[in-house]
Amino acid sequence: MAQKVKNIAIVQKNERIGTDIYSIWLKDEQIAANAKPGQFVSVYTGEADKLLPRPISICEIDKENGLLRLVFRVVGAGTRLFAALAEGDTVEVMGPLGNGFCLEGFKKAILIGGGIGIPPMLELAKQLDCEKQIVLGYRDELFLNEEFEPYGRVYLSTEDGSAGTKGNVIDAIRANDLDCDMILACGPTPMLRGIKAYAEEKGIRAQISMEEKMACGIGACLACVCKSREKDHHTNVNNKRICKDGPVFYADEVEL
Amino acid sequence: MNLKVTIAGVEWKNPVTTASGTFGSGAEYSEFVDLNKLGAVTTKGVANVPWPGNPTPRIAETYGGMLNAIGLQNPGVDVFVKRDIPMLRQYDTNIIVNVCGKTTEDYIAVVERLANEDVDMLEINISCPNVKEGGIAFGQDPKAVEAITAEVKKYAKQPVIMKLSPNVTSIVEMAKAAEAGGADALSMINTLTGMKIDIKKRCFALANKTGGMSGPAVKPVAVRMVYQTAQAVKIPIIGMGGICTAEDALEFIMAGATAVSVGTANFYQPDATIKVAEGIEAYMKEYGIEDINSLIGCVK
Repeated sequence: MAQKVKNIAIVQKNERIGTDIYSIWLKDEQIAANAKPGQFVSVYTGEADKLLPRPISICEIDKENGLLRLVFRVVGAGTRLFAALAEGDTVEVMGPLGNGFCLEGFKKAILIGGGIGIPPMLELAKQLDCEKQIVLGYRDELFLNEEFEPYGRVYLSTEDGSAGTKGNVIDAIRANDLDCDMILACGPTPMLRGIKAYAEEKGIRAQISMEEKMACGIGACLACVCKSREKDHHTNVNNKRICKDGPVFYADEVEL
Repeated sequence: MNLKVTIAGVEWKNPVTTASGTFGSGAEYSEFVDLNKLGAVTTKGVANVPWPGNPTPRIAETYGGMLNAIGLQNPGVDVFVKRDIPMLRQYDTNIIVNVCGKTTEDYIAVVERLANEDVDMLEINISCPNVKEGGIAFGQDPKAVEAITAEVKKYAKQPVIMKLSPNVTSIVEMAKAAEAGGADALSMINTLTGMKIDIKKRCFALANKTGGMSGPAVKPVAVRMVYQTAQAVKIPIIGMGGICTAEDALEFIMAGATAVSVGTANFYQPDATIKVAEGIEAYMKEYGIEDINSLIGCVK
């Protein structure tokens, strides 16, 4: 397994790409060299009043230039701090963390991103070498969707019907009659629950990237567990650590 | 210059250990921390059988700290003994095993199981605020504290450290009760029971509703409790509660702690333990202190 490191990364670029959505490029050659699609980094605020690192998925990896792109939503004081970072600023980052997606063993895939679960699907779409259909679900405002277009046919869903299928990502899959032999998804838990049920209904496997409040980010504190079907080898109970054993799990391994 | 301290006959190369539950058994942190440089590693609580812990969310950040309600998830003592003790024994550090239980029999089962294992000290958790049965139930009544201490001491082959809760009217009374029961040392403080409400979702931030508060915000409370307890008991104290830096650790030592534990700071800075140990040494150099022991309880 690639070594994880904690480094001081340099901000190359930070721009607002939606109402509360920011896209930041960080220079960190070590983390970029080791990162895989579906992994995440812990970003530190550097302020002891906001002491827990923020886990943020990796949106793009530019190994050649040693760059990582993170796309995140401002949800509180920590992410507000990251939104204010400017070119040349530094920020402490640990990574790459977690397992990432499995890219082999299937021929036709549906990639599904929901809301702020969309960003990690971009690097996956770039690296995945098979027939790809990309389904992106939004509440209303679109972001990143145009960047997916070079990598496959993009289908949208919006809750208000302002773009694509009105409804959720499963509605978009059904409306467009999509099929595949592997689903790869990241998004809010209710969406993942729907995908797990859909995958079971259709008899296809699904890799889902989960999230939970985290503290250490490296598998020590047991804050971010999910329920697993089988007894986990490490915890010796029916719990898996999202930060270390995940964040990507096969949907049939976990209970949502 | 001497950084060594001795607690219940066990020599530590320096006065720094990890606070139980924040460091696993050390394997994950060993990528960031040279465990050889710690006085001891204190493991996450281990029970006689595996515990699944609480539902999620299990943590929430608060201003200058956090709440946790992990619920003492652990793999059980058999897996711990087979996997974690040999891993830790590769390092030149003391092993302190934190022991949890729901009944007196549970605690004794773990202590007996560890009696012939290669561990240096036992820390008995009678103060977890996140488990309904056991844990805290033993730690909030002086009679119960004395009784569980005495029971554990009957079976323990290693020195016994009793870990005390701050969620009591008088922690000094609990400390005296533990001493009367035969405790070799005290760890203090465990977390302070707290609550956070998510106003966007209009619900509790933790699935358990309440959780234990830790982090730099609790430090003054912990320093005060260590000071008061140090005046009242003869057994050594391992001080903890919000220690992030060597300066924090030195406050505890001057208040009367023989050693210190670094907990929540590990999340903020994975090598916080090393920074604390190095910082204590730097302080001693700067102020010409020959022996760390001369600082213990030096502020009366």
